[in-house]
Amino acid sequence: MTTSTDHDSATLWRDGRPVYDRGETVCVVGAGPSGLASIKNLREHGFGVDCYERETGVGGGWNWRHDRSPVYGSAHLISSKPFTQYPDFPMPDDWPDFPHHGQVLSYLERYADHFDLRPHIWFGTEVVKVEPADGTRWDVTTRSTGGYGAERTHRYTAVLVANGHNWSPNLPMYEGLDEFKGRVIHSSAYKDPAELRGKRVLVIGGGNTGCDIAVEAAQQAFRCWHSTRRGYWYAPKYVLGRPADQVNDAILRLRLPLWLRQWLLQRTLRLTVGDLRRFGMRRPDHKIFETHPIVNSQLIYQVGEITRFRQYSVELSDGTEVEPDLVVAATGYQPKFEFLAPETLAATADGRPRLHLHAFSRRHPTLAVAGLLESDSGLLPLVHWQTVAFARWLRLREAEPRRAAEFWAGTVAKEADRRWTGAKVQDTPRHWFEVGHVDYLRALQKMIDGLAAGVKA
Amino acid sequence: MRLIRFEDWAKPIAPARREVLSATPEVDEGKPPVLFVPGFGHGAWAFAEFWLEHTAGRGFPAHAVSPRGHGGSADGSGASLRAYAHDVVQAAASLPRQAVLVGQGAGALVVERALARYPARAAVLLAPVLGGWATFGAALRGNPGGTLPAIFGGRLRLSRRQLFSRGVPDAVARGYTERLGRASARAQWQLLLHRAPEPPVGDPPVLVMGSPDDRVVPASALTRAARRYGGAPLLFPGMGHDMMLDTRWQEPIDAILDWLEKGGS
Repeated sequence: MTTSTDHDSATLWRDGRPVYDRGETVCVVGAGPSGLASIKNLREHGFGVDCYERETGVGGGWNWRHDRSPVYGSAHLISSKPFTQYPDFPMPDDWPDFPHHGQVLSYLERYADHFDLRPHIWFGTEVVKVEPADGTRWDVTTRSTGGYGAERTHRYTAVLVANGHNWSPNLPMYEGLDEFKGRVIHSSAYKDPAELRGKRVLVIGGGNTGCDIAVEAAQQAFRCWHSTRRGYWYAPKYVLGRPADQVNDAILRLRLPLWLRQWLLQRTLRLTVGDLRRFGMRRPDHKIFETHPIVNSQLIYQVGEITRFRQYSVELSDGTEVEPDLVVAATGYQPKFEFLAPETLAATADGRPRLHLHAFSRRHPTLAVAGLLESDSGLLPLVHWQTVAFARWLRLREAEPRRAAEFWAGTVAKEADRRWTGAKVQDTPRHWFEVGHVDYLRALQKMIDGLAAGVKA
Repeated sequence: MRLIRFEDWAKPIAPARREVLSATPEVDEGKPPVLFVPGFGHGAWAFAEFWLEHTAGRGFPAHAVSPRGHGGSADGSGASLRAYAHDVVQAAASLPRQAVLVGQGAGALVVERALARYPARAAVLLAPVLGGWATFGAALRGNPGGTLPAIFGGRLRLSRRQLFSRGVPDAVARGYTERLGRASARAQWQLLLHRAPEPPVGDPPVLVMGSPDDRVVPASALTRAARRYGGAPLLFPGMGHDMMLDTRWQEPIDAILDWLEKGGS
């Protein structure tokens, strides 16, 4: 592997261990979609970059070879191409509107090769610790994935955390789960519909993964139940002959008030999909846009919430009891930052980092998190601009420390936590970092413009 | 920098079959690929004549794309400048490495737009037709018969005198002008009336080149274009508008490649 890092001898020490000074280099954690955009945009702004990736390839969760990858055989994008691709590197225009996960991986690999990012990535290396060092710099301790070999510590001028948030399974505790004799797996362990064949399957969770697996279970399994906590709005992939998200943005563009948009879209769904209750689904307990959008047009019939597990059965909130032999919990993932002390991210008691724009630390000007978002569109465009903003911020700090300090005090440190969503989003654990792409990008635009005003001077 | 792009999101350009002609060096020396973009009416063939081979001979992978409706690409009637820029960005993003964009004539106008959607390694605007009334006036005076119909959506016809210097033999020049097609009426109108391009992404170095004897691009327009990118135009006196087909075609392409080898700045 060729890298720009040939270690000169350590001149710094921390707790009796040598620290290798990497000067003005920025450290990126992870080489998934967010990490790749981080490397590219930091390089584009003239920074040296060391990226650490625990796996041996790029693509993060989209790379099905990676042991933490959540993708399953049939996974497709649910946001159409314009909302999914990096804004400065389009997917091939002859690809389908909603590409398959394998295409997404090949797209990410091409991105890495096109912009020559691989020489900056240390594969098979995991980050153990990220600690503040003197002033605003950072000591990053790494070791080979799996814990082999010695730990090494490097000192960086800034750290951009892009470790993703869809890899640490979230398994809720149900009463009696320990006694249950059937198999219980998290959706991250589900790869192929053949695993369901001939089984009696209970799918838990009404998110996009849960719905996809429920549809596959309905086709493959002997019997299938789909348990959700609430009724959702199910958007089809296409309305009026165009990808639904593109139609939505054509409406957003008109800057109509939220209630009118909600009425328009609920009306459109009513006309194109019809009353979901006729398919055995529950009536949504919220208005559209108030939860993460679910894109699925094949789903029918749901059962209630799970009350408790018994030895051979599961009791549901509507009083019925079902007897599955396989339970697939599509109950989502937890963001996790094991290598950072919680106070570094100003995390709340339940571990939610409190960051400006869900990205910029208010306490440490040289620390940011890329991609900690759930968006009503694809993630990549948002991550791209997050990392551009971070790179420009670092540049401004270097070029004009005084103006940078003013900018920091005036915007990043001051601005209160808010949510960048048009609608009042349901307050469930999975929705705290939900954003609307237009509101969020407008906020980022304001930040980037504010930074540019300083750079030009 | 504009983050909100409703037009790109809600109305993506439909795909169209693209013609890309290429010449690649025998040994990959790691030099960046160069993507040539022809002006209105021209196709990738204009670069296949001399420049592609020459560029590859100097170690740069060379490609030329025909925007829709041009050369061997699919039909592009009704295409806008945005659709042409889309074709260029798609061609650039499909190359294995970050590309250099070179636009000739109105192709430079297209490249300017592509630069706002693709972080090129560098860009060259060659005898750039960036629109404006001075260029229109020059075309009206020099070739009223070929220019007037374009106002009403007809084909913009460029004459041999406008495109080539006297050094090009008549028969050869006629061969070229006979191969010319047309841009869509919409794109022709957009030559005159269009929004200013968004700033380039990734801050690439931009070189403006032209000839003081170009009968399409007045010297004032060249200077203005170069000033926009903070430089002065590199001039090749005595050459016509189609620098890649002129008798002295080797001088400008060598200048471009020298500039790239020096790091493009």
